[in-house]
Amino acid sequence: MSTTNEKRQEYRALFKNNVKKRLVVDKIVHIIIFAFVIIAIIPLASILVEVFKNGISAISYEFLTAIPGSIGSGEGGIGPAIQGTLIIIGLASLMGVPIGVMSGIFLAELGDNKLARNVRFFNDVFMEFPSIVLGIFAFLVIVLILGHFSVWAGAFALALIMFPIVARTTEESLKMVPITYREAGTALGLKKWVITFRIVISAAKSGMITGILLSVSRIGGETAPLIMTILGSSQFFSSMDVPMDALPLRIWRLSLLPYESSQLQGWGAALVLILVIIGINMAVRYHFANGNGIIMRFIKQGVSTKR
Amino acid sequence: MEKNPDTSRKQNTHSDKIFKLAATVAGSFVLVIIVLMVFQLISESYPIWEESGLSFIIGTDWNAVEGRESFGALPYIAGTLVTAALAMAIGVPLSIGIAMFISDAPAKIGGPLGFLVELLAAVPSIIYGLWGLLVFRLYFQEWVEKPLHDLFGDSIFLFSGTPFGLDLITASVILAIMIIPTVSSVSREIMKAVPQQQREAAYMLGATKWEMFKLAVFPYSKTGLIGASILGLGRAVGETMAVTMLIGNATGISAFPSSFFKPSQTMSSIIANEFVEASPASLHLPALIGVALILLLIAIVINVVAHVLVTRMMKVKEGAINN
Repeated sequence: MSTTNEKRQEYRALFKNNVKKRLVVDKIVHIIIFAFVIIAIIPLASILVEVFKNGISAISYEFLTAIPGSIGSGEGGIGPAIQGTLIIIGLASLMGVPIGVMSGIFLAELGDNKLARNVRFFNDVFMEFPSIVLGIFAFLVIVLILGHFSVWAGAFALALIMFPIVARTTEESLKMVPITYREAGTALGLKKWVITFRIVISAAKSGMITGILLSVSRIGGETAPLIMTILGSSQFFSSMDVPMDALPLRIWRLSLLPYESSQLQGWGAALVLILVIIGINMAVRYHFANGNGIIMRFIKQGVSTKR
Repeated sequence: MEKNPDTSRKQNTHSDKIFKLAATVAGSFVLVIIVLMVFQLISESYPIWEESGLSFIIGTDWNAVEGRESFGALPYIAGTLVTAALAMAIGVPLSIGIAMFISDAPAKIGGPLGFLVELLAAVPSIIYGLWGLLVFRLYFQEWVEKPLHDLFGDSIFLFSGTPFGLDLITASVILAIMIIPTVSSVSREIMKAVPQQQREAAYMLGATKWEMFKLAVFPYSKTGLIGASILGLGRAVGETMAVTMLIGNATGISAFPSSFFKPSQTMSSIIANEFVEASPASLHLPALIGVALILLLIAIVINVVAHVLVTRMMKVKEGAINN
């Protein structure tokens, strides 16, 4: 060994100095990151806590079913809003899901050309469009031409938000189906559309349902495009051609009133909305992602009986 | 032997052609809608461009009273850009911090935290708005705005004005809170895409955890992280409800964002506030549609850039795994 003891001491000192500084920097960064997490989590957790805490006291049978009472009285409920949200989600799904699924099939099964690459890219871009602009588009092509506010316009705007999400998730889940399934279909002499609808889709069903449910939970909370399409009302649904209420719209109107009782009702409506949306999300994530939940088992059985 | 495949191929082509056509039409739907949307917005906002021309973009007056109509969108464009930039400045470091924490924490902590963050991405913006208006605003006004105003109110113009809670900075902070779930969950995915060997190599060189991130993770995921942030920017620019409820809704020159503690207005919030009352006969409606057109174009540019960056990153990842 050529290193003397003194040299070894020197190296050790250098090393200690260097490491000490680096360890201190590392510690500081650790603390900063941890502080970031705490800072970010506090408001996010506070939202959930406040909605549950304030909303729970507003909920009653009457609140969920009655029409809104006179402004500031604290009476009445959000019955029309719940009904309207269900109607508009149903209509939007009727329009958005078929287009989204077909578009996803196009991307996954026929998606090996320039058109499909463009569609995929603009699909992703379209997904992030400001929803209020989609609302204006629905207003221009439906409300302005019909001359009155229309439930169809609201449903159309929401369908526009919905279909790119459905298309993307459909594409992803169709791509997960092994190519051998399709080859088996081709070997049986089946036509391409039979293979796609009977074999590939039934194998990719759970992923597609996940996508559809996630898109439903997304449009359930959309407010901006509904302002200029269904406007909001305090009556139950009567016809497609008059304004209709929806939960997010009702929350908006209630929150802007200066009465404590209205704000309490707003919290109640927010609780209902958040329960529906987070309920869908949790169910989807838990049951579909883990693969051993109730819905998943049900779907697996469905697939296995068909095979 | 020869005949059978021929006939079946004929049938095949027949129904398959319909199937292919239907799928292609559905796929092209998105392109048609985008083109139609831009066209509609241009044609419906045409009167305002004809009337004011470029001064619609650089003007600051906003008066919808009949006879004295004048529309200039500059304060709202500035409001959108300033709130979004502030939200990015606050939200992106926090989000990347969370992503670093989750990607590196043990599964017992990282799992539930990631779950919570993703759950909050699903909470509708109207609920962020409600919470911001009824809860957050009061605390923020008391603990942040008033001290800042007392300290710097007279000396720095940014902190002048009355700290009332319905102003530029409150809306920006709410926007920051809203983009945190999106940006951090995308960033986490991108950091997960960094091959484990890179981290191990850094550790092998004796790097501390922070040096590992600096040496291995950040250079590798830089593009993706920028893309994720721009995705958050796109969301912040288009966000409507929460901002409308918190920004104070000033109009005209007074909406120009010159101080943190001043009511302002963004493009999406002016549309949400005034669209229903605007009469199609006057210039008011074309002006609002013109604002929507500007908003859409900004959003398209932001999102195209973000997606190009994110997809490039993801391609790199696939290449790395294959090799």
